[in-house]
Amino acid sequence: MGKIVIDPITRIEGHLKVEAVVDGGEVKEARSSGTLFRGFEIILRGRDPRDAQRITQRICGVCPTSHSTAATLCLDSAFGLGGSIPDNGRLMRNLILGAAHIADHILHFYHLTALDYVDVTKVAKYEGNDPALKSVKEFIERGELGPFVPRYEGDYRFPAEVDQELVKHYLEALRMRRKAQEMCAIFGGKMPHNMAIVPGGVTEVPTVDKIASFLWRLNELRDFIDNVYLADVVAAAEVYSDYFGIGVGCKHLLSYGSYELDGKEPDLTKRKRLLKQGAVGPDLKLQPLDAGSIAEQVKHSWYEESTSGRKPLDSDTVPNENKGGAYSWVKSPRYNGEVYEVGPLARVMATYLAGDENVKAIVDPALAKFKAGPEVMFSTLGRHLARAVSCKVIADTMPAWLLELKPGEPVYQEYEIPDESTGMGLVDAARGALGHWIEVKDKRIANYQCVVPSTWNMSPRDDKGQPGPLEQAITGTKVKDEQNPFEIVRIVRSFDPCLACAVHVITPKGRTLGEYRVA
Amino acid sequence: MASQKTQEIPVIWIQGAACTGCSVSVLNSVSPTIKNVLVDEVIPGKHVNLRFQATVMAGAGDLVIEALEETWQTKKGGYVLVVEGAIPTRGDAASYCSLGEDKQGKPVSFASRVESLGRDALAVIALGTCAAFGGIPAAKPNPSQCVSVMQLFQSKGVSTPLINIPGCPPHPDWFVGTVASVLIGGLPKAGDLDELNRPKAFYGQLIHENCPRRAYYDEQKFAKKLSDPGCLYELGCKGPVTHADCATRTWNNGVNWCVQCGGLCIGCASEGFPDLVSPMYEKTPDEVLPNIGQKVVQ
Repeated sequence: MGKIVIDPITRIEGHLKVEAVVDGGEVKEARSSGTLFRGFEIILRGRDPRDAQRITQRICGVCPTSHSTAATLCLDSAFGLGGSIPDNGRLMRNLILGAAHIADHILHFYHLTALDYVDVTKVAKYEGNDPALKSVKEFIERGELGPFVPRYEGDYRFPAEVDQELVKHYLEALRMRRKAQEMCAIFGGKMPHNMAIVPGGVTEVPTVDKIASFLWRLNELRDFIDNVYLADVVAAAEVYSDYFGIGVGCKHLLSYGSYELDGKEPDLTKRKRLLKQGAVGPDLKLQPLDAGSIAEQVKHSWYEESTSGRKPLDSDTVPNENKGGAYSWVKSPRYNGEVYEVGPLARVMATYLAGDENVKAIVDPALAKFKAGPEVMFSTLGRHLARAVSCKVIADTMPAWLLELKPGEPVYQEYEIPDESTGMGLVDAARGALGHWIEVKDKRIANYQCVVPSTWNMSPRDDKGQPGPLEQAITGTKVKDEQNPFEIVRIVRSFDPCLACAVHVITPKGRTLGEYRVA
Repeated sequence: MASQKTQEIPVIWIQGAACTGCSVSVLNSVSPTIKNVLVDEVIPGKHVNLRFQATVMAGAGDLVIEALEETWQTKKGGYVLVVEGAIPTRGDAASYCSLGEDKQGKPVSFASRVESLGRDALAVIALGTCAAFGGIPAAKPNPSQCVSVMQLFQSKGVSTPLINIPGCPPHPDWFVGTVASVLIGGLPKAGDLDELNRPKAFYGQLIHENCPRRAYYDEQKFAKKLSDPGCLYELGCKGPVTHADCATRTWNNGVNWCVQCGGLCIGCASEGFPDLVSPMYEKTPDEVLPNIGQKVVQ
């Protein structure tokens, strides 16, 4: 029996270490831990509630727009604004968030994931005339291959001409994700860390030139998503089809939904959203979302046992680094006490199972191509496919939102900060279910809690001993070459981990080493 | 064509108490594009050889830590170190932020990486407000006892040339422009940097001095609520106390920037961000304003 330790996991946001105990070529046990603590919730206490908007974005520079959206929904509800955001404000929030999700999904597939499957060095044999590929060939000939080498070696399966085409798409995707960030900035002011999304609506006003400038970037992106991104995901699925059976995970999915279609419903768990909220089990049935069923457990985390099982607003963080049986500073969020995976897979499946025709029209033909049913979506490839579907559905919907904007009409609703209040903001971030909770006292932040996607996905074992979603997805995996554990990093990256969000504190403990260590 | 004469400039880019927003911002560079920076000779005859950058690099684990240490050992005095994020120093430091492990499998603190890699670098770029000044991780009550690169270097006696590129996030031009100036003209000369080690080319003026809403300020036409036209000063804009060229450079390929979108300046490039520019949506007291607050229209 040996242990594979991968520290750091790269091409993710943040600092992550994964340990997998391997016996007979199969992972028997997996643990993930983060290696950074900043303490945002502590820093937020006592500040002006409106500043939570700006500060929580800085939890993560990859998904700041999602944090600004969750914080705004949270403050909207705390300030009594739920249901009274002007339509222009609601639509521009959707457009800023949508552009951010498009940028994020393209970045994830090409720049954070593709190098696990695509061999850049095969461009050395390129004989064509594409200027981008010729420049990569020259780069390879110069002999300094950072940051593309070193890497795991062995399991790169594409023929050279496909690899070359994918490298070209990798470079093209750099430009496309930048364009999507420019779309965020057209209405959001700048990216990363937009300035326009605020409680009450937005600060930017829609004008025809901004609408046109946004639309034509969007058209270019839709072309890329339809003809390049989706096609590449399917091409990868054909060559690496075994990954429909690898990294299955816990088969319970939780979505908060995204993109408000109705500005008038005060209860955001009931608000009509483009991508649906709800919980999905292995039976592939969609249940309504109940925000009261979310609680955090700490039996295997270094916190006082008395804090276990609390709901976010009652949550307290009392560290106890000497607690027996604990092995992580990440808490274990659970829904009705059960392990749930969050992410594009969850929101796409929730929307699919709600019978949404647009999502079915993309998912069903893709599954038919592989002669598979929706159950194969619980997998490494299923997560990548769902991410691409999520990206396409958002992009295809945005032109209608642009045309709904009414230049000259209000974008913002004024408000008073209440002396005392509580608020909750739930939204599906690019990486999944993101919740912000606030307690306001004397017009200041008394308590602020974030339960973020990667806390759900990277959580340790809970009070009942159930491993977290990533741990379950890795456990049981057959590792062909322990020196080059492609299987593990491919599973990890399919979750799109975002550890700056998830990790509040990191272990001060030493760690036990296995018999050997590899990269 | 690739020439034998291409000079490879090794770069090590490490991330501490950070959000990766600086990296994402640099990915948004327009001219040169990030592809130009990574693959091409970004300045004729010179290629940025990015040896370590956790957000984009292919490898993981010990494989990349070995690449990092190999560059450190074999390119002493010849590589540029980019630090993104503040540096936690609480406890044994490794508890709060580590980067890889040593040969015994013990986590190596980010602080010791910055110190050792910084000591042997040709130059160090502290990218973003966290690395330059501490930023949000160092905000009260600074739970992980974060320090800036400058503070760490002072406490450890590291005297490697240091360039601060603050901003939360920094504009990609500020970073790429600084790298280009080092590649073309060598290390900054006397007078290139201000007293906070910032390139004067980018941080020499206040936002307020070049703000397109400045005329409203001079005429005392202040926005009453967010989304209104008018000067945003009374709603909390920190443009009058923030050194950066956002107003003339604008952001994301020139499509917009914070004040233009009505979102006001929160002073994210300031040494005191966020504590000294909070509450963000409350007016800055007039007495802290520099002389430019004097009215033009009497």
